[in-house]
Amino acid sequence: MSASSAFIDEKGGSASEPEYGHDPASGGIFSSDYKRHDDLKEMLDSNKDSLKLEAMKRIVAMIARGKNASDLFPAVVKNVACKNIEVKKLVYVYLVRYAEEQQDLALLSISTFQRGLKDPNQLIRASALRVLSSIRVTIIVPIMMLAIKEAASDMSPYVRKTAAHAIPKLHSLDPDQKDQLIEVIEKLLADKTTLVAGSVVMAFEEVCPDRIDLIHKNYRKLCNLLIDVEEWGQVVIINMLTRYARTQFLNPNINESLLEENSEKAFYASDDEEEEDKKDEVAPLAKRKPYVMDPDHRLLLRNTKPLLQSRNAAVVMAVAQLYFHLAPKAEVGIIAKALVRLMRSHSEVQYVVLQNVATMSIKRRGMFEPYLKSFYIRSTDPTQIKILKLEVLTNLANETNISTILREFQTYIKSMDKDFVAASIQAIGRCATNIGEVRDTCLNGLVQLLSNRDELVVAESVVVIKKLLQMQPEQHSDIIKHMAKLIDNIQVPMARASILWLIGEYCEHVPKIAPDVLRNMAKTFTNEEDIVKLQIINLAAKLYLTNSKQTKLLTQYVLNLAKYDQNYDIRDRARFIRQLIVPTDKSGALSKYAKKLFLALKPAPVLESTFKDRDHFQLGSLSHLLNAKAGGYQELPDWPESAPDPSVRNVEIPDWSKCTSRKDRKEKKAEKPFYSDSDGESGPTESADSESDSGSGSESASASDESGSGSESGEETESEEEEEDEEEEKKKKRKKHLDKTKAKKPVEESTESEQSSGSEERKRGRKAVKNQKSASESESESESSESGDESEDESEEESESDTDIRKKKTPVSKQPPKQSKKESKKETQEMSLLDLDDFEPAPASAPVTPVNFMSSSLVSDLEGLSLTDTILAPTTITPSGSIKMYELLHRITGEGLAVEYCFSRQPFSPDPNMVAVQIQFTNNTNSETKNLHIEEPRLQCGMRIREFAEIDVLSAGESVTVVMGIDFCDSTQAANFQLCTHTRKFFASIQPPVGELMTPVFLTENDFKKEQGKLMGMNEISEKLTLGEKCVNEHVIVERVTATANLSRVPCGSDKECSTPPPPPAPVYRFAGKTVSSGCLVLVTVSTKEGGRAQLTVNCEKMLIGTMLVKDIMQALSQ
Amino acid sequence: MIHSLFLINNAGDLFLEKHWKSVISRSVCDYFFEAREKAVEPDNVPPVIRTPHHYLINIYREKIFFVSVIQTEVPPLFVIEFLHRVAETFQDYFGECSETTIKDNVVIVYELLEEMLDNGFPLATESNILKELIRPPTILRSMVNTITGSSNVGETLPTGQLSTIPWRRAGVKYTNNEAYFDVVEEIDAILDKSGTTVFAEIQGVIEACVKLSGMPDLSLSFMNPRLLDDVSFHPCVRYKRWESERVISFIPPDGNFQLMSYHISAQNLVAIPVYVKQNISFFETGSSGRMDITVGPKQTMGKTVECLVVTVHMPKVVLSANLNATQGTYNYDPVTKILVWDIGKLNPQKLPNLKGSLSLQSGAPKPEENPSLNIDLKIQQLAISGLKVNRLDMYGEKYKPFKGVKYVTKAGKFQVRT
Repeated sequence: MSASSAFIDEKGGSASEPEYGHDPASGGIFSSDYKRHDDLKEMLDSNKDSLKLEAMKRIVAMIARGKNASDLFPAVVKNVACKNIEVKKLVYVYLVRYAEEQQDLALLSISTFQRGLKDPNQLIRASALRVLSSIRVTIIVPIMMLAIKEAASDMSPYVRKTAAHAIPKLHSLDPDQKDQLIEVIEKLLADKTTLVAGSVVMAFEEVCPDRIDLIHKNYRKLCNLLIDVEEWGQVVIINMLTRYARTQFLNPNINESLLEENSEKAFYASDDEEEEDKKDEVAPLAKRKPYVMDPDHRLLLRNTKPLLQSRNAAVVMAVAQLYFHLAPKAEVGIIAKALVRLMRSHSEVQYVVLQNVATMSIKRRGMFEPYLKSFYIRSTDPTQIKILKLEVLTNLANETNISTILREFQTYIKSMDKDFVAASIQAIGRCATNIGEVRDTCLNGLVQLLSNRDELVVAESVVVIKKLLQMQPEQHSDIIKHMAKLIDNIQVPMARASILWLIGEYCEHVPKIAPDVLRNMAKTFTNEEDIVKLQIINLAAKLYLTNSKQTKLLTQYVLNLAKYDQNYDIRDRARFIRQLIVPTDKSGALSKYAKKLFLALKPAPVLESTFKDRDHFQLGSLSHLLNAKAGGYQELPDWPESAPDPSVRNVEIPDWSKCTSRKDRKEKKAEKPFYSDSDGESGPTESADSESDSGSGSESASASDESGSGSESGEETESEEEEEDEEEEKKKKRKKHLDKTKAKKPVEESTESEQSSGSEERKRGRKAVKNQKSASESESESESSESGDESEDESEEESESDTDIRKKKTPVSKQPPKQSKKESKKETQEMSLLDLDDFEPAPASAPVTPVNFMSSSLVSDLEGLSLTDTILAPTTITPSGSIKMYELLHRITGEGLAVEYCFSRQPFSPDPNMVAVQIQFTNNTNSETKNLHIEEPRLQCGMRIREFAEIDVLSAGESVTVVMGIDFCDSTQAANFQLCTHTRKFFASIQPPVGELMTPVFLTENDFKKEQGKLMGMNEISEKLTLGEKCVNEHVIVERVTATANLSRVPCGSDKECSTPPPPPAPVYRFAGKTVSSGCLVLVTVSTKEGGRAQLTVNCEKMLIGTMLVKDIMQALSQ
Repeated sequence: MIHSLFLINNAGDLFLEKHWKSVISRSVCDYFFEAREKAVEPDNVPPVIRTPHHYLINIYREKIFFVSVIQTEVPPLFVIEFLHRVAETFQDYFGECSETTIKDNVVIVYELLEEMLDNGFPLATESNILKELIRPPTILRSMVNTITGSSNVGETLPTGQLSTIPWRRAGVKYTNNEAYFDVVEEIDAILDKSGTTVFAEIQGVIEACVKLSGMPDLSLSFMNPRLLDDVSFHPCVRYKRWESERVISFIPPDGNFQLMSYHISAQNLVAIPVYVKQNISFFETGSSGRMDITVGPKQTMGKTVECLVVTVHMPKVVLSANLNATQGTYNYDPVTKILVWDIGKLNPQKLPNLKGSLSLQSGAPKPEENPSLNIDLKIQQLAISGLKVNRLDMYGEKYKPFKGVKYVTKAGKFQVRT
């Protein structure tokens, strides 16, 4: 009411007030304005808040309607310190609007804001900074600068966010401050809260988008925070990261693009442009090593993918363009579905999305093909949407779907929307040019359209037919004849002109009709449109040259008519042609060539999409939409030829993919104790937002590991769920530790899943963090590390030689941000704590009754701990003896180098979707072998290999074990590669048994049954079998199954073990696992019956895996 | 980013302007008016208009053009999405987003716009936060305000902006704790002349109305989550949880919000609830035509089809319609050339039929294309895709909430070509 009354008052109070568009400065009105403002001034000067509020509301209503209220400035600015919060806010609104015009008076308000900046309440500090920075008064630039700097190190992340917002404001006010502002940006970029991330990247984009170097250190953090940033920030960050990735990583499609070009060559033999590209491409490719994606590149792709599910169309589009520009070709497809989903949104959104889809569909047609029907046009769509959809449909047309598309086009041609019909006809024309097979069909269809009643349709068809005929005129003289007949009926100039041109061009095919047409046209020449006249002259000239006997006089007549035409173009043309074709005594050299000039073979027009090559603009950008560079557009850089140093992004944890650095870490750890006793000062950040610590703590770990990403958004609010994860995580670690102690063997790459964000750890960790801080200066400490406790029996010499390498490397990451240090510290500490209090009471045997998911996993984990040597022996990490070793390279073929491999059944830490393959090299020669590494993996599509780091030296008689990861994509296809030494290359191939493609998961019996219920029907494979002689007891059966497949046993329900009922007559054994690559559940049930008979059931979504597994387990059990 | 915003009504009056950076003269809108004139229909105004110094990005909603002025490169969807968010906020605050309500609440509108953008970059767009900052007007509150002089601006400073769950306001308290979920599915389909489905898909949303005290942590599970392969979520939903367990786990915002939307496109999954038998023909001579439409139930899963409406956009030459409806009423507007036949409930025993003649403008050639029919319908208590909510669990709070789920199927863009 109050608001509305303000508006009504406004109106009622001044009936004489002008409406919009009137000139407010005209005399009489001005005076009445003046009076009314007096009244407002009075109200503003009163002591009553309600009166002030009333006045301010009226003033704001004036501003909203675009009226000038600047003369009230002095009266309003007085109220800037008003107690009433609404009055204050409205005063701010006024101030920001008019301060620029009244700079001197605006200064009066500054002290209020300066006071506000010191307020204990963070929201008041933030709002003071916000208004202060919004006042565009150059005099206060230094004050603003100071305020921003101060706010950038404020305790409250909200204030820091406001500071980030203020940066571009100041920059636009005074660009000279750029350098100082960049410093602030740099500082804020290091901020770890999601609140700040979006805003500071926005500031970065506005102030210094070219300072890509500022991003290096924050890259991984930004990737990991991304999902929790608010939606608007996400858009800005994703767009920025797209550019960043283009400068830092290699083109993932480098190999494929070559392939594609080759194949395209086969299709369209006349592509000249690509020729050059190809040549450029081939040379470097020969030298290029097989492409391996930078893990940071992968991280970006992985972390943006979930955002395709955002409700915000801008976010979805941002991710889509990121994938389009950055992802390997095989992965780009996932964006299609999301983009098609956006098409349901408002028509403006549709418009933008369709523009982008149109561009994408040219490059990657296959991507949208499955969604063809989503682009079908409804009669209620706005015309601009219809035309864009048509564009997409045309782009998607190919040999297989063209018939459906043409059928669809047929219905469009009948539409009432004539612009759309014209566009449809053009689309048909384009389909016809692109797809040879349907050219005749299209042409016939278009010819039928010539008899349409609507002139526009006919005209458009003529134009398109003309273009099509140009491609193969010989076969279509009847169509040309048909069109010649039409000329009397068609009135649209463009169409008439087209027909005339056609007849002229192909007059040899229609020798009888052409002169007749010219005769008719000569009659109506004076009444024709200019464009038609020009074509008549053309026709005449061509006929004169080919058939001068019949048309000489006609041509003369036409040229004479043209000579006196009103249009100078036509007069010109007539004169020009007369000189060329009519032989006179003085005719120049040119007339000899007249025939060649006029009847030269014209190249067929290429009908191509207007969206071709638009993708050099970053998709989703304004520039792309306009197909022109918009102000402030940042070019999307080309991929670099060779990758820039990836270590610039190393925050502190060295790249885990390198074996060497890992060892270093161990060594360093041995040198330094965990707890250095020095005290560190904890910055304001730490105390202000404890949750950010945990967030960033987990993030650096998850950079190296996907499996733990469940707790990636480590925030307190999600504590419940989180804690579960942590519990599990802890269990895993504990288990691992157990294995280690048991196996007494260094386990490669077990840094995996060392997530820590639990509140418990946090508390414990905090102390360590502090300690760590001061220690961080010392370089060596900086890499002390998470895998510390594995180092026990690593050979000393080896690590020494590695240290040298590391020393060369480290200067790059001279000032590693603190966060990851904390994290690693926390981890190590946590490990040791676990050693102390959790490990000892292991051998408790009876599992607890499962209550919920959390405790159920506890049960199975406990089982894993205690019963290792009985039931679950093979499921957990087995001692090397029981693992089957496969030969990769025989001693003889390998000329003394023997290579064996086994599936260690360890999770492969750098990429949880990979199966870890442990490879043992033994050098049986008397000389040392050098540079052992892998080259040229030849893989089935989708499969990936993560090579082990090169082994520098393997001295005689020595053997060494490394671990590599292979993503088999849940298939038993072999991974082929070459094993190289410094002298030779050996072909090697690893084919996994189906049982190794999975990894155990822990389920309770109930969970198991539930999951099994979901995997019925096709997904269930059941087989009867007779157990082998030795399979007499539970132990043997379990062992056989788990030896065959990497599964874990599902603990038998409470009924059996807890509450002592009589043992069930037919014991059932259940095993659960999931496939490594795609995480599909694999459930195995063996139910035994009397007489050694049994039934084996496997439930798995992947039927192939299920079938193979059934076979393998049957074999194992029936032996 | 967003420099200024102008609101322009259908008649071309500019009735509100707001600038976030320095003031841009409203004359920039002339370029917009030019484009508007060229477009004929408001739908056809290009969303992005280029002017010599600025770019105008506009949306058209509720008969209002929201025209924003941009000076530098910015993703157009970013602006479009934001403008729609502004329109939705107005709707949320004032019940409808129209010129009158905006003019009546101009101060609140201004305050909202001030909070939503800072220097052209979105600051607070979550309805929960905004409502804490600026209370929506209610009749009672405006009465109290006029008497006591108190204000609409929240006295307490909002904390939502600071929390890690910015979409929920703190300290929510209800005496009746309740959570309602509406599963609303819309069928988008194109049927051809013979009644076969050219294209069909289901567009579903789950609208939630959650009024729960404290910080409840909800998880919603489905009987058949496999149906959902293309979904988008409110930011509150934990995506990882969905990926791994197909459970929607979230801390809800307070009040009404859209929890998720989904898209089912596999054609064989989409049941078409009604069939339409139609025969529209225009005669070559005599400037008239005939029309005969019958609607009947097809796959309705035993439920009744309600609110059945058939809309026909007639060709321009159709002057009037003389029809006879066995059920419901029809209305032909000779100005917009739209025929609306409001059938109501579909009775499977006695199929509704609309039959009669159309008179055309004399002398004009008969229209080439038959008009397509747009169908509107509603089926209560049915999600046509078969999606079923399994259960809703609440963690984190002690009380027992009242829970409810409702299913509705509607026709979306349901078109029959003739």
